[in-house]
Amino acid sequence: MKASILSAEEMRRALTRIAHEILERNKGAQNLALIGVHTRGIPIAARLAAKLQELEGVAVPLGRLDITLYRDDLSEIARQPIIRETEVPFDLARRRVILVDDVLYTGRTVRAALDALIDLGRPEGIQLAVLIDRGHRELPIRADYVGKNLPTAKTELVKVRLEETDGTDSVELWDIDELRNDGLRAEQ
Amino acid sequence: MTAATGPRPRHLLDFQDWSAERLSALLDNADTMSQVLDRPVKKVPALQGLSVCTAFFENSTRTRISFELAARRMSADVVSFAAGGSSVSKGESIRDTIEVLTSYKVDAFVVRHASAGAAHLVARYSGKPVINAGDGRRAHPTQALLDAYTIRREFGSLEGKTVAIIGDVRHSRVARSNAELLPKLGARVVLCGPATLLPRELAADGVTLTTDAREAVRGADAVMALRLQQERMDAGYVGSLQDYAAQYQVNETLLSYAPDHAIVMHPGPMNRDVEISSDAADGPRSRILQQVENGQAVRMSTLYHLLVGRA
Repeated sequence: MKASILSAEEMRRALTRIAHEILERNKGAQNLALIGVHTRGIPIAARLAAKLQELEGVAVPLGRLDITLYRDDLSEIARQPIIRETEVPFDLARRRVILVDDVLYTGRTVRAALDALIDLGRPEGIQLAVLIDRGHRELPIRADYVGKNLPTAKTELVKVRLEETDGTDSVELWDIDELRNDGLRAEQ
Repeated sequence: MTAATGPRPRHLLDFQDWSAERLSALLDNADTMSQVLDRPVKKVPALQGLSVCTAFFENSTRTRISFELAARRMSADVVSFAAGGSSVSKGESIRDTIEVLTSYKVDAFVVRHASAGAAHLVARYSGKPVINAGDGRRAHPTQALLDAYTIRREFGSLEGKTVAIIGDVRHSRVARSNAELLPKLGARVVLCGPATLLPRELAADGVTLTTDAREAVRGADAVMALRLQQERMDAGYVGSLQDYAAQYQVNETLLSYAPDHAIVMHPGPMNRDVEISSDAADGPRSRILQQVENGQAVRMSTLYHLLVGRA
């Protein structure tokens, strides 16, 4: 590991701040919906929903999105064509949707998620919340809410761990080579 | 979600190259495809830019429509070739036909042919991924997959389930493909029909034979009727339609010997009141229309598995 980027406590504070920013920008939590992108966007969206409930007393509907069928970078899929569940159990019309993911990098995942979301209905608007923005965009996409901006090299890897999926809350910066040597699976 | 290891199969000709894990993954993805079919926009861009040729040397409107819609819903382009209106009727060989179609940069073939092994030939001549949509009496793998998927949706799993397949087993590629697939996924198959239509060599691990329809449905979770064609009478395989129906027709009387939860299936097209009665075909146990619906999702998933990332 090169550097520890967020501790569990720092992650909690970053998500609390994002929740406040969402409320400020949307003047409350009415007509909002949170949709997490597989895999780690889903627990982050759930945590933001819990914060909004705590702050405003409003239950913001939660969805989950798998974007496999919308991707344009297919090498990973070609190896293992597994699609996960998309579940948006509410009408998108007249809702402002906040799309949630862990790391914003090239922007291609977000592009695919936007297409997937628009095929499900016509939301009033879509905003983007990410825990980490690591730069290197390949498409004209930006986040509306960012937990932490992190300048990175392309040879580096941002490893997000969450209690729900990985048993612990942390964000770390690694060298890709170092991670390979450690036998860990590259995530970003 | 099922992890599949080993190389991805290039074709779906039969289930020989397909591990149980890969088959389960294909059926898992069919769930997602079913969800796509329930949406206002029933289309995803996964196979954009690819073209699929449905080459039907033997007529089958239903299967062809199912494949073509499946391909279009995955955003692939479809070119449709039917032997009736083509040079094949002027004596062009299957090899020439496929080589010409391949020159048009088709990315995959879906092949239906009256001869066993035709899909293998297309795979060899085209060098492209091929889905067998029925070759003679040998195999019809996507039909078996949609049958497996229908049973899985009904009961949650195929593990430990028993499927009775009743009728003209001898001439049925559907029976053969199910007898190959279902045991791989943990189910037992009971093949049943008159002795003349029940080849003994089909008995295998997880596949038993019986000429007694009541015995076949006892303990069955799914009862599948196979089409009996008029020409089988002419060839002397069965005495008369009445005799056949009295012993092997899937109807309320026969189903009274099956468990209450047993479902009724048929690969279509049905000869009503021959191999299946209308009350069974249209009754509360029937999943025949669900089979048709599931066929589209399973074919979307099959195309996806074979083609995604391989353009």
